[in-house]
Amino acid sequence: MLDIVGLTKGYEGGAGHPLFTGVSLHLERGECIAIMGESGVGKSTLLNCIAGLEPVDEGSIRLAGAELTTLDDNAFARLRRQHYGFVFQAFHILPHLTVVQNVALPLWLLDRPGREAENLARAMLDRVGLLARADDWPRHLSGGELQRIAIARALVHRPTLVLADEPTGNLDPERAIGVLDLLLECIRDAGAVGIIVTHSRAAAARADRILRLSAHGLDTEVSRP
Amino acid sequence: MSAALRHVFLASLRRRRLATALSLFAIALGVALGLAVQLIHGAALDEFGRGMRLLAGEADLQVFGPRAGFDDAVYAEIAAQAEVADASPVLEIDARLPGRDISLRIFGIDMFRAAHVHPALMPQVDTAARETGPLAALAADALFLSPAARTALGIAPGEMLAVQSGTHALPLRIAGTVPAAGLGQELGVMDIAAAQLLFGRIGRISRIDLRLKSGIDRDAARRSLAALLPAGVEVLTPETAEAQTSALSQAYRVNLTMLAIIALLTGGFLVFSTQLLAVARRRQELAFLRALGLDRAALIRGLLAEGAVVGLTGGLLGIVLAYGLAGLAFNYVGGDLGAGYFRGLRPALRFDLRPSVAYVLLGVLAGVAGAWLPAREAARMNPARALRAGDEAEVFQSRPRAYLTPACLALATLLCFLPPLGGVPIFGYAAVAFLLAGAVLALPTLVQLSMGFLDGTRDVLWMLARARLAAAPGQAVVAAAGVVASVALAVAMAIMVSSFRHSVDGWLESILPADLYLSASPAATSGFLAPEMQEQVASLPGIAAIRPVRFDTLRLDTERFPVTLIARPVDGGAALPLVGATVTADSPDAAPSAWISEAMADLFAVKVGDVLQLPISGRRVAFHVAGIWRDYARQHGAVVIELADYRALTGDFNANDLAIWLADGAEPDTVAQAIRNALGDDTIKIASPGDIRAISLAIFDRTFLVTYLMEAVAILIGLFGVSTSFAGLATARRKEFGMLRHLGLTRGEIGRLLTVEGALTAAVGTAVGMVAGGAIALVLVEVINRQSFHWSMDIRLPLAGLVIFAGALVLLAALAARLSGHQAMRQSAVLAVREDW
Repeated sequence: MLDIVGLTKGYEGGAGHPLFTGVSLHLERGECIAIMGESGVGKSTLLNCIAGLEPVDEGSIRLAGAELTTLDDNAFARLRRQHYGFVFQAFHILPHLTVVQNVALPLWLLDRPGREAENLARAMLDRVGLLARADDWPRHLSGGELQRIAIARALVHRPTLVLADEPTGNLDPERAIGVLDLLLECIRDAGAVGIIVTHSRAAAARADRILRLSAHGLDTEVSRP
Repeated sequence: MSAALRHVFLASLRRRRLATALSLFAIALGVALGLAVQLIHGAALDEFGRGMRLLAGEADLQVFGPRAGFDDAVYAEIAAQAEVADASPVLEIDARLPGRDISLRIFGIDMFRAAHVHPALMPQVDTAARETGPLAALAADALFLSPAARTALGIAPGEMLAVQSGTHALPLRIAGTVPAAGLGQELGVMDIAAAQLLFGRIGRISRIDLRLKSGIDRDAARRSLAALLPAGVEVLTPETAEAQTSALSQAYRVNLTMLAIIALLTGGFLVFSTQLLAVARRRQELAFLRALGLDRAALIRGLLAEGAVVGLTGGLLGIVLAYGLAGLAFNYVGGDLGAGYFRGLRPALRFDLRPSVAYVLLGVLAGVAGAWLPAREAARMNPARALRAGDEAEVFQSRPRAYLTPACLALATLLCFLPPLGGVPIFGYAAVAFLLAGAVLALPTLVQLSMGFLDGTRDVLWMLARARLAAAPGQAVVAAAGVVASVALAVAMAIMVSSFRHSVDGWLESILPADLYLSASPAATSGFLAPEMQEQVASLPGIAAIRPVRFDTLRLDTERFPVTLIARPVDGGAALPLVGATVTADSPDAAPSAWISEAMADLFAVKVGDVLQLPISGRRVAFHVAGIWRDYARQHGAVVIELADYRALTGDFNANDLAIWLADGAEPDTVAQAIRNALGDDTIKIASPGDIRAISLAIFDRTFLVTYLMEAVAILIGLFGVSTSFAGLATARRKEFGMLRHLGLTRGEIGRLLTVEGALTAAVGTAVGMVAGGAIALVLVEVINRQSFHWSMDIRLPLAGLVIFAGALVLLAALAARLSGHQAMRQSAVLAVREDW
């Protein structure tokens, strides 16, 4: 489903000084992996490269057989709209949209009819246990609830690939595990591919595989907790 | 606190250079315009007052009569009174200079008397003229010019200068100078007997300046002398005379100053917008400082200091700009900014500390006032919550209490019914301020209401923009407050000026029914048409009828400036642009009719049907007020009577102007040439109604030049407001845009989102501004103009212009929003969402 081969990315402005080199990865439908690594090694940058938000220096990224590194900015934006879902550490829920509108946002971007978008968003909110809060404003919700809305938003349009950057970084450990389990369950149910960047070993342990990113590429983590 | 103030607060101004510079610039413009108006008028008024004092000299009291003068027997009687130490008679003539477009004020003085009362008017005989004998100054053709008049006329001692009397050009010899008149006063001096003879005023004087004996009470003397004077001749203190004349231009000055203050207010709005955005953006930083132990008061002080620094710097820059502007205005427009109040003066610009300091303080006040609400908002925040993500939106969610808008509107309406204070429509201006405040306060509610209309839209960008504005109406206030203020001001001025111009045009058409107009004394100068000249014109081929017009001034009391008396055939009022009801006399024995101008009705509290005592020919004559007419030419008031009544009362058959009707088939140009051939080319002016209309409207437009300039500045400031607000908003919302980029919005779509938001905000702001502008125009026309200048006008909406203006403004605002957001769109979406909140 997702094939990354020989991905190399240098520091911005640091000519010839690579951040990471030779990153290769193959993921099947329904598979979720966790990427760990020291701070500053480039985990978030790797996610951004996969999302087309940062250019790569070398290598190839193929999603469902299509090469992505040759796409221009607008084409990648349209691809993200259709095939990507994102979960951020800081949630990034729009405060001026209601909960259900936030979840429906990716469907609006895909020009899905308003009624259908709302029904799908409500179904997704039901899935993450927040249907009762559908018409509330985000400012009345807790951090855990906000992240569950973010998960609903990331998956409502049935993306092929879900990228999550420290999705539990702003949550307490107990709530973090619950949210992460929900995320993984939703990704697997949707038959998508999930990549989660995290510092938390406990969180990483919920994934199918743990990979460690270093300057020389991705290595499979040997010791599972 | 001082280190914190420097590093945390003031340094923030440096970080947002563009927004700071624009706020500062707006304040500078407001200060510059206000102070420039003040400086220009201040200098002109100073020079004017200096001239008045120069002419009054050592006089304790001055006796004034109508412009045509009064019997010089009064002089003999007054001079003989026990209280009077010295009395100096003066004949003041505004002498028309044939072949030139300017006139010269000539003072006929008694050289022997004048030395004691107004030594500054004493002439100095040139060496060449002295050779003609010891009494050279008393020669019938000797004229002495002030240095300013010499320069303005470009004439040297010994040369001849022609002055006009009636329709004759009479040569005068420049026999010397009036050295004490200084460089600012254009005037001439000659012997009073020579002047009486020359200008056909034998036995007439226009003024007596008096010095009282020491120990005499001035007020008591004034009362006892007043009892001796004929009707229409009044005794005044020199200060009263000066105050009456300078009060004439007061309304114009106050109006311009108010416009400048509104510009300053718009600057204050801009400070408000940028500060509120800065507070939203720095919310975590400020919350962190609060967490570190900075108390609320210190936080407020710090944020107010930011506003004060912007205001102070803008104010100082404004001072520099003001002196530059005033210098330019003196060179190109004149000391009255084109309004025609101070002819014959050459005022000089000089540094004036008090208004300069006052305007810097006003700049600081605008800065601090603009920073006040954002500072209070920042002080109210909960630091713990503000340190969390997403809290910045709360800044824009605050909604004003719903009752404030109707309360402002009700108060504004109430203020419109209050009379002026000291002739200044203070309450009218306060009503304008409340209307503006009401409009700005209504913005959040109106934004929410109008966003409801877009509910059915399917386009995601419109949906996002609509949702954003509906949920965070405070954002609209921030971005659109400047638009509302500037649009309201511009629309109000546009409606007022258009109504005024339209009314003046209609008025000109109604007061100029004839085919040609002949004037021997434009601007009431020394020319006139003797009866034989009038007959000569009437008998020329091609002329069907003539109607003579005679002008004079009448002093109705000691409190106010004299009113203009116009004697002409009026066909029972039918030939006048009457407003409101009219009455006709019941019986032929009733008092003759008079028609008063709106200004006179207001100033002297006279109404239709009243009996009005007019001092004509030294006695009080009762007139029956038959109607009120519209007069845009004389804001101090005018009264029209039938020419036949005037002639019967005065025996004066001269005319200043003639209205001429042509016979069928006669060519205006041919007839005009025939008149010139008969009366001489240099001593008369002939114009068609079309010429007079064109010249009058050109003068009108020149008078409103400053207003147009201020309108343009207001619009510019409003657009700056949209631009800075959106630049600030785009920066404050970069995380939102970053997230939307992740979700698949292209850069172009983010740009369009900002464009749509800008257009929607500006559309609501423009709509609110236009409604407020319409209401303000009504206050300007019905209250402020009426109380300032005492004339009415018909409201006329320049609809096409307003629609084009509104459309252009919305487009420009959308463009400004897009360009301002460009920086934020360029910012990597990646970096934005990755920032740890």
